[in-house]
This record gives sequence, C-alpha cells and structure tokens, in this order.
Amino acid sequence: MKFRHAIVAVALLLAAASGHATPAPDAPPVILIQNATILTVTKGTIERGSILIKDGKIAEVGPSVKAPQGATVIDAAGQFVMPGIIDCHSHIAIEGGVNEASVSVSSIANTLEVLDSDDIDIYRDLAGGVTAANILHGSANAIGGQTVVIKLRWGQPAAKLPFEGALPGIKFALGENPKRSNFSIPGQPKRYPATRMGVEETIRGAFSEARDYKNSWDAYNKKVAAGDKSALPPRRDLRLEPLVEVLEGKRYVHAHCYREDEILMLLRVAKEFGFKVRTLQHVLEGYKVADELAADGVGASTFSDWWAYKVEAYEAIPYNTAIMTRRGVVVSINSDDAEEATHLNQEAAKMIRYGGLTRDEALKLVTINPAIQLGIDKRVGSIEVGKDADLVIYNHDPLSAYAVVQKTLVDGRVLFDRDKDIAGRAALDQEKKDLLAKEKKAEKKPDEKKPDDAKKPDEKPKRPANAVSRDSGLDEIVMPDGGAQ
Amino acid sequence: MFRVHRLLVVSTLLMPLAAGAPGALAQSSPSQAYVITHAKIFTVAGTPIDDGTIVIKDGKIAAVGAAVEIPSGAQVIDGKGLQVYPGLFDGVTQMGLSEISAVNATVDTSETGNFNPDVVAATAVLPSSEHIPVTRAAGITEVVAAPASGGFDSGGSRATVGGQASAFSLAGWTYEDMNLKRSAAMVINWPTIESRTFDFATFSRKDRPYSEAKQEYEKQINELQDWFERARHYAQAIGHGGPSDFERDVKLEALVPVVRGQLPVLVFADRARDIRAAVEFCDQQKLKMILAGGEEAYKVKDLLRSKNVPVILRPVLSEVEEEDDPYDVLLTQPAELSKAGVKFAIGSFDNSFARRLGQNAANAVAHGLAYNEALKAVTLYPAQIFGVADQVGTLETGKLANVIVTDGDPLEVTTEVKYLFIKGQLTSLDNKHKRLFEKYSNRPKP
Repeated sequence: MKFRHAIVAVALLLAAASGHATPAPDAPPVILIQNATILTVTKGTIERGSILIKDGKIAEVGPSVKAPQGATVIDAAGQFVMPGIIDCHSHIAIEGGVNEASVSVSSIANTLEVLDSDDIDIYRDLAGGVTAANILHGSANAIGGQTVVIKLRWGQPAAKLPFEGALPGIKFALGENPKRSNFSIPGQPKRYPATRMGVEETIRGAFSEARDYKNSWDAYNKKVAAGDKSALPPRRDLRLEPLVEVLEGKRYVHAHCYREDEILMLLRVAKEFGFKVRTLQHVLEGYKVADELAADGVGASTFSDWWAYKVEAYEAIPYNTAIMTRRGVVVSINSDDAEEATHLNQEAAKMIRYGGLTRDEALKLVTINPAIQLGIDKRVGSIEVGKDADLVIYNHDPLSAYAVVQKTLVDGRVLFDRDKDIAGRAALDQEKKDLLAKEKKAEKKPDEKKPDDAKKPDEKPKRPANAVSRDSGLDEIVMPDGGAQ
Repeated sequence: MFRVHRLLVVSTLLMPLAAGAPGALAQSSPSQAYVITHAKIFTVAGTPIDDGTIVIKDGKIAAVGAAVEIPSGAQVIDGKGLQVYPGLFDGVTQMGLSEISAVNATVDTSETGNFNPDVVAATAVLPSSEHIPVTRAAGITEVVAAPASGGFDSGGSRATVGGQASAFSLAGWTYEDMNLKRSAAMVINWPTIESRTFDFATFSRKDRPYSEAKQEYEKQINELQDWFERARHYAQAIGHGGPSDFERDVKLEALVPVVRGQLPVLVFADRARDIRAAVEFCDQQKLKMILAGGEEAYKVKDLLRSKNVPVILRPVLSEVEEEDDPYDVLLTQPAELSKAGVKFAIGSFDNSFARRLGQNAANAVAHGLAYNEALKAVTLYPAQIFGVADQVGTLETGKLANVIVTDGDPLEVTTEVKYLFIKGQLTSLDNKHKRLFEKYSNRPKP
C-alpha cells in the first residue's frame, strides 16, 4: 500500500509538471468560455452564451461577452455549462475510518482534522463534475462527529480544502445504524442505544448536558463581565462544545435518518432544545411526512433510487424527491459514495421521470439546493455574476446518461480537463513502470527486505468477501474499520 | 400539488389496458392478441423500422414489419410517437433470491459450504418478490439469477462452486410460468490470492505473507480440479450404467452436464491474473466458460477473444479499484472489448440496482461503444450467452413476446416504459414504489 501512495504522490508531481489540471500558485487566469449552452439554474438557459471568469469569480454571463486581452478562451460550441455539482453527503478525502464507532456520542471526532488532500476520489469526483462536498462522519452514533464542507481543490494541501465561511456541521444518526441492528462485534456486548427509543434519549441526554454546560459558561462569563476576578471557569468539555455550538446556531446538524417516525422524533427533540436541524440525510421516508418537513424548514438530502438494502429502506421510493419538492421542501440528491458522486447529474435527471420534475428543478437538486442546505448559496450553486467560478462543461445535455464531463473548474481554475487527462496517461504509465523497476531493484538487495514483504505489483488488498461491492454503503453497513456505508 | 394530480391522471390514461387487470400480477389473458401500430420498432435483429407494426399472439411474436396484416380480434395499441424494443435482459442478478439484503431471513443467495453445484437458483426464486415489478418498470423483462454471486443485495460467503444460475422472465404466478432455462450456468467464484483479509470471527483485519496466501490459492484450485476429475469419472460411471455398488452423489451428478460441455460455467473473476488463470483452467478442463465481473477483462482481451469466452460485465458505473488506474477505465472498457471482438453483455449484479441496467449501457455509449452494441449488450448478447436466444433477445417472428414500448431510448435515464409484454401478455407496470407514490401524493394537507 505504501508504495502505491508513492506512485500517487509522484503522479501528482508529474501532473503539476505537465500542467495536468494543477494551477500555478499565482492569481487565477482570466478565462472566457464561449458558444456554450449555459444552464444557469436560477436564471434560465442561455443558448450560445459566454461566461467571463476573473479572479476566480464569474465576471460576466450573457449571449455576447467579449474576451479581454490575454484571456484564455475555451470554445464550448455544442457543449453545456452548468454550476459545479455540490454533494451534500460525501466521505471522500477522509484519512482512515469515517466512524468513531466506540461510543454513542462521538462529537469529539472531526473530519476536518483528518482531511486527506491526496485522496484520488477528490480527482475522480472532479471528473464527475463535483466541485464541493459535505464531508460527513459515519452513522454509527446517535450523535456523531463534526463535519466540514470542502471545495475539491485537487493539488492543494488539506488546509486549503475547507470552504471558507461555510458553517461546520455535526453528524447525527437515527435508526438501524446507531442502534446497531445489522452489526455486532463478536465478544463485545451490545452498545446502548439498541432501540429508536434509546436513540432519542441519547440525543436528549447529551443536549441536557450541553444546555447545563452552556449555562455554566454563560454564568461564568457574566461574572467576569461584572468584574468578578475570583470567578472560576467551568472545566472545558470537548464533547459538549460542538453541541453548544448547535444550540447557538453556529454549527449545522446533518442527521442521517430513514423512517417517518424517527424523522419527526428528531424535529421534536430539536424544538425542545431550541435548535434547528439543517439537513435530514437519506430521509428515504421523507415523502411520508413531507408537509411536516416543509413546515419545519429542514432540508432533505436523499438518494435518487436506492432501496431495499435494509428494512428501513424497504419503503424507499425514487419518487421521494418529487413528493418532497412538490410539498415545498428544499431537496438535494447526494452520493454517500465516491463513485455515485461521479454521475449525480444523471441521478438528478431521473427525477424528471420519477415524479415529473422540470429540467430546472432537476438541476437544482445537485446545485443550488445543496448550496442552500449548506449555507453557501451566496457563493456557489448557480451561474450568476459575482459567484465563484465553480463550473462543469459537458459534451452533451447533463440531464442525460450520455453526457461526459470535459472540464471542471474550481475558483476559476481548470482542475479537471478530460483531454489533458487522456493525453497524460502514457507519461503516468511510464512513471509507474520506472517506479516498479526501481522497487524491484531495491528488493534484490538481500538485507533490505524480507521475502514475505515482496508483494507482487498487481496484488491489491481485497474487501471482505461479503462486503458490499461499493464502498459507498458506508452509512448503510458499518464496516469494522469504520468503512463507510 | 396540482401538478402531481395532473400527472396521476396522465399516467392512468397511458396505461388503460394494464389498469383493467387487477391483482398482484396483473397480466392480461394469455389468449388475447395485441398489435402495436405506427411505432418505431427496434428489432435488434436488423435495422429499425420507422413506421412499423408488431403482432403478438399466443405468447409469441407473430409478425413484425412495415406492412403487416392485423389479425381480427386483436387489441390495437396506437404506437405513434412510441418506440418498441425487445425487453432488456439482465445477465447477473440475485432476483427473487434476496428481498432485503441486511435481513438474513429474506436472503437465499448463498448456501453454506464451498462446493454446492447441486443448488439451483430457480428453487428459491420468489415470484411475488417486490423487486420483480420494480425491475420490470425499468423495461427489464428477463434476468439470470446467480447464486453466490455477491453484490449489494447478497450477504453470506461466496462458495467456490456456488450452484446453478437460472434464466427467467419477470412475470408469472409460479416459477414455472417464468422459466426460460432452469439451469443456465454453473457459478464458480474464482479463488484469489488475498494476503489481506477480513476475519469476521474476530472482527479484525488479517495480514499474511504473500507466499501463504498463494499456497491457499493453489490448494483451492487443486480442490476445484479434484471436483471436476471426480465429476468426469462419475459421468463415465453413469454413462455405463454404473457398477452394482455405484453410489449416487447429487453434487457430482450436478457437475456431469458441466464436464460434458452441456452446461457453461459462469466464472466470477475481476483481476487480470485471475481471469487468465480461469480461462486456462477451463481450457484444460474443456469447460464452456462465461466470465462474470471482468473489471480487468480489457487487459486479457486477446485471450478472451481467442478462446471465445464471452463476458457479463459488472456495471460500468462501479468504483475503479486501483487508485492509479484512469478514472474512466470501467467506462471505456466496453468500447475496447467491442473493438477487440470480445462478446460481452452488461449486468447489474444486483437486485435493487437492476433498474440501472440501461443507464450503465448508455454510459458505455458515452465512452465510445456503438449504440447498437450497447443495446445488444442488454438484450441479444446475454440471451445468446446463456443459450436462450431462440426464446428472447430480439423482436423476431416465433420468439417469445417479451416486448417493451417506450417514449424514447430505453437506455436513457429519463425514458419511461409505457407498455410491457411478457410471454405475450400485457403486464402491469404498477409496483410498490408507484403505489406508495400515489398514496402519499394524495395525503391531505395536515
């Protein structure tokens, strides 16, 4: 495995050298995309239009925009431009496991602290048109870890990935996963909670503590403000701090849920403690309580057509999105899976068939709606002057299974270019061969390696035989190492 | 809300014939003849007919063409603006064998033990599975259900010899109604050299030296070879009536058609090394091989072509395992195999994702595969590969009338199936999902 990482690292360097989708460290270029069908999402469709990009932002959009001197011109005749896809439920770019599954309240864990900017899934999702993603902790806990929204700035270090100004989040999870219905570790006792009743009490218990904790800090701060120099601060509690931020509206709750009853349970608990749930994730029975969701104002982020992989997904229907949309809920379609993320445009297109959404409504499911849900809609999610130049260019109408991403831009830089990717493959292959040859040569030196360590180059670690074929199900079937689903 | 109601009315109008047939299965009377007129007909056997007619009678396609006589008493469907195709064929599923993958009690995909040639998928296919009408609504009219084939909907271990895969149509009161071929192939999961495994007994990762993993692999291959040797001897014995002390063995008996070359082996393998080993093994053992999975089939395309090994490819929309492989390696593979002359079908390898079959074929077209080849990869080619092309796979006179009528390209994600025939019977497109959609669309405002 280590040597594979070496290859990727070298590939990255090589990519940088060959101009393979890696920006220069200086200012973003001035780019004019012209002759494209522009799907603005919020302001209709412009046929044969142009987009001028300056300083990483959309400077002009319209049927006739002149290219300033020195601008790089991308001729997109016959092609389609839409806003970069925003994936409201992702587990890419996380080093190690996504589940701190040992406890029922794992709010101390934080995906921000384990971002892995070398994860190849960042690049692959860019190749599928994704430009921003909500990087969530797993669903093994009623209250899970802290979460972060990132931009897919491939080639940048981890510290540059977080979406500036986007509120951090925290993952909650209801139902089968936190109660460990489909999962047990031999020799280990069952963990509390093991019922939906217990899941509610776990959340209520944690927020009761958080409220007391907040009160004790408020009291302390009041004393200090009043000039009390002898006041002792409460002992810091890293587990409760993120929950206090939820109570103060400084941190979004993204709650994994399936069944109608547990969805309403969470909304009741949130009301009791005076906070808002920002998004319901999966929410596959959201269609049953769509009016209640609309009344609450909570967002719904769901799958296109997944169903039947567990009991709580047995009444999941692909019409979920359409029903919730018609009843006034802001809905997004997410991936929960690095591969699924590469064709979210197609997943959104299905909603035209399953329930009759309009084309613009379908496009919104993976652009402006997830942007609204993540509180980043002033910056991204539509093609409008002043917004970030996070864009995807397809060779075909993106609401189709025949569309292929040609270029993806983040902050006005082309970070994925299909032609360049294809052109660069021979060099990458050669680099890999050279590295393998070098390794082989090193292996021959007697003292350096034991023969057992000499792995065949084409050997790869295997998933367990009965693991699902997609590493997605991360939230669905909790793998021991915290592998997602 | 208004919009939803309007849609419901429209969808009801579009299915007037199906709507008249109540009940769980909702198929028309077997004796009723149907004619679809003025439709664009993609026979898959020849060039499309722009303004064509197809006649369906006694369960079969009675006639198809531009100028066809309409029999009296036939129900006529005006196909103006619609398109007619053979129903899609999903070459690897766990259809009917698994209802809710996380609930063991509903999963019958994988028998315990490592050599189960005698178990047959058809035995445990549940005709009333909710997956069947849901899959049908995506235009899929027939499938192969393969035991021990893994997948999102399949729990349990994957036996080396998994059992017999069955081919059937997606409608019927009993399996017998649905049957195309009870024993269509023998599932073999090709052993792999795994130096990193996950041990479910201790719930931990286990690393072991390559040499040890290789030793175990060789042991498994020897064992497999031994089974076929014994089956060959057994075949000889029963061929000669058997000696007086001849002992029946149901497992060896199940392998007899395999060693006689009558029943193909459906070998699941993805890595090039494993595919190569499997092809060599089947060549030596004189087994008729179908490759299933084949993520790295492109790396051994010449071998597959020279040995005439057809492939059921897993979905092109799957994760690329090697991080230094091109991101689109699975998407471009069908085009590459097609160019090399390797025969392949595309399968879903799944139940709940079976309805993405057309989407997967379309994605292969987007990455260079000729459209006609993509269409054949989900109709004619799986039918040929499993030896049921005399029954299904194209719209030709005399074949079973497994037919779909759509409002567009059946591979496209926005296309809707308007009518569906299985064995000549107009079959309901209603399903659990549509029923829940209608129920909750009509929920009064609280």
